[in-house]
Amino acid sequence: MDDLLQDFIAETRETLEALSGEIVAWESQPDDRARLDAIFRFVHTVKGSCGFLDLPRLERLAHAAEDVLAQVRDGARVPDRALVNAVLGVVDRIGEIVEAIDAGAALDDSGEELLIAALAEGSEEIVLPTPVTQRAPSRSVRLGVDLLDRMMSGMSEMVLARNELARRLRSGEIDPAVEAALERLSLTVGEMRDTVTRTRMQKIDALFSPLPRMVRDTAGGLGKSVALQIEGSDVELDREMIEVMRDPLVHIIRNAIDHGIEAPAERRAAGKREAGRLCVSARQSGNQIIIEIADDGRGVNVERLVQKLAASGVRSERDLHALPDAAKLELMFHPGLSSKDIVSEISGRGVGMDVVKASIDQIGGRVELDNIPGKGLRIAIHVPLTLSIISAIVIGAGRQRFAIPRQSIEEIVSERGEAIRIDQLGGTPIVTVRGRRMPMLDLGELLDIGREAQGPRMLVIVGAGAGSYALAVDSVLDNEELVIKPASPVVMATGIYAGQTLPDSGLPMLLLDSAGMARVAGLDFSRDLNAAFGDVVAEEVAPGLPALLFDDLDGVRRAVPLAAVDRVEKVSASQVQLAAGSYRLAIDGRIVPLAMQGALDGRERLSVLRLKDEDAEVAYAIDEAIEIVTLPADISPSRSPGPAAGVALVEGEQIEVLDVLWVFDMHVDRIAAADAPLCLLAGDKDGWLATFVRPLLETAGYRVTTTLAPGETPAVVLAADAAEPPTPAAPVVRLRRKRQAEAGDDSVYRYDRAGLLFALEARIGMRGGR
Amino acid sequence: MAQQLYLIAEVAGRTVAIDSDQVESVVDIGEVTAVPRAAKPVRGLAALRSRVVTVVDTEAALGLNGCSLARRAVITQIDGHHYAMLVDTLEDVAPFELRPLAAGIALEGSWRHAARGLVERDGEPILVIDLSALVPTSALLS
Repeated sequence: MDDLLQDFIAETRETLEALSGEIVAWESQPDDRARLDAIFRFVHTVKGSCGFLDLPRLERLAHAAEDVLAQVRDGARVPDRALVNAVLGVVDRIGEIVEAIDAGAALDDSGEELLIAALAEGSEEIVLPTPVTQRAPSRSVRLGVDLLDRMMSGMSEMVLARNELARRLRSGEIDPAVEAALERLSLTVGEMRDTVTRTRMQKIDALFSPLPRMVRDTAGGLGKSVALQIEGSDVELDREMIEVMRDPLVHIIRNAIDHGIEAPAERRAAGKREAGRLCVSARQSGNQIIIEIADDGRGVNVERLVQKLAASGVRSERDLHALPDAAKLELMFHPGLSSKDIVSEISGRGVGMDVVKASIDQIGGRVELDNIPGKGLRIAIHVPLTLSIISAIVIGAGRQRFAIPRQSIEEIVSERGEAIRIDQLGGTPIVTVRGRRMPMLDLGELLDIGREAQGPRMLVIVGAGAGSYALAVDSVLDNEELVIKPASPVVMATGIYAGQTLPDSGLPMLLLDSAGMARVAGLDFSRDLNAAFGDVVAEEVAPGLPALLFDDLDGVRRAVPLAAVDRVEKVSASQVQLAAGSYRLAIDGRIVPLAMQGALDGRERLSVLRLKDEDAEVAYAIDEAIEIVTLPADISPSRSPGPAAGVALVEGEQIEVLDVLWVFDMHVDRIAAADAPLCLLAGDKDGWLATFVRPLLETAGYRVTTTLAPGETPAVVLAADAAEPPTPAAPVVRLRRKRQAEAGDDSVYRYDRAGLLFALEARIGMRGGR
Repeated sequence: MAQQLYLIAEVAGRTVAIDSDQVESVVDIGEVTAVPRAAKPVRGLAALRSRVVTVVDTEAALGLNGCSLARRAVITQIDGHHYAMLVDTLEDVAPFELRPLAAGIALEGSWRHAARGLVERDGEPILVIDLSALVPTSALLS
């Protein structure tokens, strides 16, 4: 991370120096588009890098300036003196902060708000303070790649010269003093080579290591949850490539999180896991490094791309529709097109994808898109391998040696080993390694170079994309770090080599491409891919319902959905009281309704499930909690409402599932909320309404009163018989003594509880609807 | 017409002229690593100091059945890759004037594909060949 920061500081400083002229020129000529673009690119790059390096202060400044500059670019704002000054203020401030970071000095953030506020339209012109430079001597320098290349090839020459010298010296008698000198030379040359190599190569980890933090923050800012998976961090890549890849990678990942991965609710509705998945991987294939970014979001809406592009008038909609599907998808790289219209801090304003494409084109790479609408998008960036160092296993076949990238090797076993079986399946050899069956390829046969060595062959189990196979080789010789260079087209055309290398022996060696060999030999793993994919999907779609299995008081084994259980607690029987017709538990200084099926039977202690639903809480007495199980998705529902929601099959046993909703409905003490509808009882001469109807109303969630406080208006009036309602403003429900209603009478029979509640609700509803 | 330096060499028993602009150096090839499954003209890979070159058997590249035993090679660079083109012998380097092939001359097999014209040495016509035409390309292979 320190490396990255140093790079960022050096780069920003360099750009600032180059930019200072532009800024002055822009000040005198604010409508100069080229200057404006240069400054815009600068703040955009700073913004991007800051997100990457977690420098929120710089990011905020850069983002604010970028916003304003974008408005100027779009013609929404005219660059007046105040705006130019404000932007310059921000740029200066960025320079100051960068210097402060480099010097490790603290810089107070006073005035930054002011700077940002000054960017707003119509704000006062700010006075630019003279920037104070407090530059620390830098410990890093920037070098031309050419120079590094020359150093690198000079180093290789030196290694070979040393080998030659050693060979010649050892062919005759050798003076021990000369031997010692040679030894020292060898050691130094070896160390030098490592160092020189490091100047040129870098693990792609440098690109990947800040991603977890960035993904977390980006997703957090959008209220999404994203699980990031990183693979192949140890692939080494040219530093130059890493630099070029940095911005595109950030853009793509931010795009994936912002536009690709849906909000949790939407994902749930689509039957996906709430947390989106993002997989970033690097691997070597043939003479390229493939960096892959795959998400399981909504994919790209190609139709929308076409419409947006047609609307912007670049090409007619008919032309666009005539394009082949792949070309339509590539439209996402069209300059100035963002598939989302909302400008956000996350992915900017669509400067993203076309910049991505341009950067990758610049290094001779290409982008492959694989879009499954509704399922996700996979972007594969193929970076040509100009030079790379990989850790490889050297194997022997025939009279030759070949290298296989370690990364693609799963394991190496001897064909005579235990638990290894080789069979002929209809003429095709297959290997079973510890029960795992896979195809076998004989390298000697594939390359048509026969066998030289005697004795058992070695089986190198290699992964080739979706599947694995066993590569039979004569011998496994060595483990070496090799500098791999691309081989000539005529060699690559064979499809089985990934490149060439010159090991210390001075004899060129070929690097085998495991996926390529499988392809040439006709091994087809696409079925495996489907099977694997199918498995994953099936697992995700029906995860089952985690539930707690318990023995109830009545001796029946039941299950309750785990989500409803807050915790399980042991309480003493003395905490339980039968009061006012129901059991209540005194716990944590509160009284909680206690539900149970069965009897307490004079137990001294009992277990309770504390069930919680928002602010309602009920305790449910049980005998004993057993274990957490997963209930199948299909539960046979019970026929009538009651304590059982249904029956589920758990390990062959029929288990009753407790209906948590029913428990809440039956046991939660109803506390009338302050905003509950007010019901006025009118004409209650004999107190019948207050005595018998009031509890019913309160249980149903009404506030009940017999006299109105000043200013209060009832939502509904409940009147006994022919009593006159005191306030004509409220709807009235009348109760009658007779069971049968007469024609035109909309009153409710006084013992019809359900009818009464229904009538109350209906009248309130009518009023609300008016 | 301006004169141009040509390398006079013997390839597949015939004397040919090679434009010196195509020639980076002339070397003796050491041990060659075979490239199994590669096209027939590809003899293999050889190390040239710290550089790996692809060794091309010119005789095979010309579609002849023979197999060159030569160790001497002309190094040429095509599209950023280095190739060692095996030659039987090297005779001379001298300036010549490139002339078109006389009308009606129909060259045999792959010679026609590689021919670029002729130069005259003391009255003897020598075929000028283009080395890049002798390197099998992936496009030609597929």
